[in-house]
Amino acid sequence: MAIKTEPFVVNLGPLHPSTHGVFRMKTTLDGEVVVDMEPVFGYLHRGIEKLAEERAYSGVIPLTDRLDYLASMSNNLAYVLAVEKLAGITVPERAEYLRVIIAELQRLASHLCAVGFFLNDCGAFMTPVLYMIREREKILDLFDMVCGQRLTYNYMRVGGVSHDIPEEFLPALYKFIQRMPGFIDEYDQLLKENEVLLVRAKGVGVLPKELAINVSASGPVLRGSGVKWDIRKADPYSVYDRFEFDIPTGTVGDCYDRYRVRIEEMRQSVRIIKQAMEQLPEGEVRSDVPPLIRPPVGEAYARIEAPKGELGFYLVSDNSIAPYRCAIRAPSLINLTALRDMVKGWKVADAIITFGSIDICMGEVDR
Amino acid sequence: MEVDESTGMYVSTTELDIAEGKVIEALKKRSQQPIPDPDSWLDEELHRNILLTSVDAILNWARRSSLWPVVCFPACCAFEFITTAASRFDISRFGMEIIRASPRQADLMITAGTLTWKMAPQVRRIYDQMPEPKWVIAMGACAISGGIFRSSYNVVPGYSRIVPVDVYVPGCPPRPEALLYGIRMLHHKISKGSIATEGK
Amino acid sequence: MTVALSGKEIADKLEQQFPGSIVESSQDSLVVKSEFLSDVASFLKDTPDLDFNYLVSITAVDYYDYLEVVYRLTSMKHNHSLVVKTRCYERVNPVLPSVVSLWRGAELQEREIYDLMGISFDGHPNLKRLFLWHGFEGHPLRKDYW
Repeated sequence: MAIKTEPFVVNLGPLHPSTHGVFRMKTTLDGEVVVDMEPVFGYLHRGIEKLAEERAYSGVIPLTDRLDYLASMSNNLAYVLAVEKLAGITVPERAEYLRVIIAELQRLASHLCAVGFFLNDCGAFMTPVLYMIREREKILDLFDMVCGQRLTYNYMRVGGVSHDIPEEFLPALYKFIQRMPGFIDEYDQLLKENEVLLVRAKGVGVLPKELAINVSASGPVLRGSGVKWDIRKADPYSVYDRFEFDIPTGTVGDCYDRYRVRIEEMRQSVRIIKQAMEQLPEGEVRSDVPPLIRPPVGEAYARIEAPKGELGFYLVSDNSIAPYRCAIRAPSLINLTALRDMVKGWKVADAIITFGSIDICMGEVDR
Repeated sequence: MEVDESTGMYVSTTELDIAEGKVIEALKKRSQQPIPDPDSWLDEELHRNILLTSVDAILNWARRSSLWPVVCFPACCAFEFITTAASRFDISRFGMEIIRASPRQADLMITAGTLTWKMAPQVRRIYDQMPEPKWVIAMGACAISGGIFRSSYNVVPGYSRIVPVDVYVPGCPPRPEALLYGIRMLHHKISKGSIATEGK
Repeated sequence: MTVALSGKEIADKLEQQFPGSIVESSQDSLVVKSEFLSDVASFLKDTPDLDFNYLVSITAVDYYDYLEVVYRLTSMKHNHSLVVKTRCYERVNPVLPSVVSLWRGAELQEREIYDLMGISFDGHPNLKRLFLWHGFEGHPLRKDYW
């Protein structure tokens, strides 16, 4: 006997324990199967692009911290690269290497959170998250040593970094780097071939390769679908062309592939940090730049490989102390374009996992 | 929600959006002044007899020893709250590790993040659904006064426009130790309360 | 290293293909007329040695006389990039053709430009406000909002 069902619209969010931030999905459900889905944004739209037009160039850096608040150093770096391109400022060598070390540490911290919360959604309720947060706390202690803050750093400056690292930093970093590969191996031992994870994540939320390129996905979402595109190799910025590292890619583009890509990227980040520590030169950490910069009339676009994807800043200047237009290319928003296709036809629990595997941060989506 | 046959993309109906827009505009109009902070616990002229004091002491001890927070995590401060709940700065020692998704089972709202006008009706709804007695901790600069985003067109200048706030914890974001201090301040406030002044 | 193609060379190619479509061109970017935008975009995507299959971003800037929309394109195969701009001279109800049928990544970005700048996109499947609510008056990112 066939059961008659009727589709009805259910709201998932905006405040929900497993939506990563304030994100609302209007799902049309037929029983447990998602028939249609419409995302609703804007619950954290703070108008950062408009506020940036009223602040001096160096005063916008604290605003950029709050974009992707899990990876604030990367946001700072992208903005500062854009200003330096616009104004034609060069950065000392030591500052470049410090930037790379800090950016890769930040990538580690962000991926730890991403993977931890993905596993939270899969059903391993708090255990992986607590392990990941334990390691993340060590990274946050390192950042605390460098600039005094745990979440929104404001460490990068136009022309370098804000101040030099203290003496305790390098030994502590060395100790952390020795430990980290062992920790990732411990994780893999518990989770890589875990039956529950394989059943829940393999084949779920597939993003085919052509669609990934067409929706302008970037970061682990694009690489999980099999496209070997990483800004650090395709269009190197700072001193990334001096380091050896691989780019992990997935094959199918399901949630499991994206999870594996993030784990492998963590290993590659450790590799880059080791090389950068060996090559770290002495010298100044900040070139001589006036506090209120007036770049010449023009525009510049700088992009970096942030943990979530390609983060870009498009700055237009009209020779005043504040940017005329500061436009942000947010990876999380653009990666969400494909969410509807990835979720259609799956059940509600799979929709939550797929959304978690894209790894977004609402501060960046809504700006 | 209909699907456009040629492109395969959705064309959604806008009734839900129109209704939501009306609710937001109405809330914005009536929230132009901050709600005064609840200060009935400062009331000195209270006739306390021995029976009431003992009852008060037991009730207040029970209420403060296991406050259950509700999920209210808009922005960056959420991550400092999550770290406070994790194993290094444990809030489980205060009985608070259970973060209830349902507001009906919670008694504390730790507002961790910037409030926007679009989000405001939902936060008010969650606050209304919490049963008495309930408390609110405003965590972070954005929750106290709008913070770094105060002059923006979509940001509410502080949660006190929407819900009455008991404890303000400054910082951007406040360190986990600062949040724990704020929670202890709330415990002191609760222990000074009395059932004789409740509901006034 | 991603090579930024010269706006002038591409402008010459486009001028041969679609005469009258180029307003101005420079080393970094080229400006096309809004009527020719869909044709130019299809040409840039489908020509084999240009092959711009990845739309990096669409942004809009408000210069007081006109509203300018900037399209940033990249080709993954050849690893080169290009910046194409177009302008709307009216402020009351500007309309541009949408590129969603070519690059689906434009869907949410065009909605954002509609929400914050007020430019409508013809051919977009779901053009409604993205961040602000239905009934919000004005378009905040314009220079005359505050």
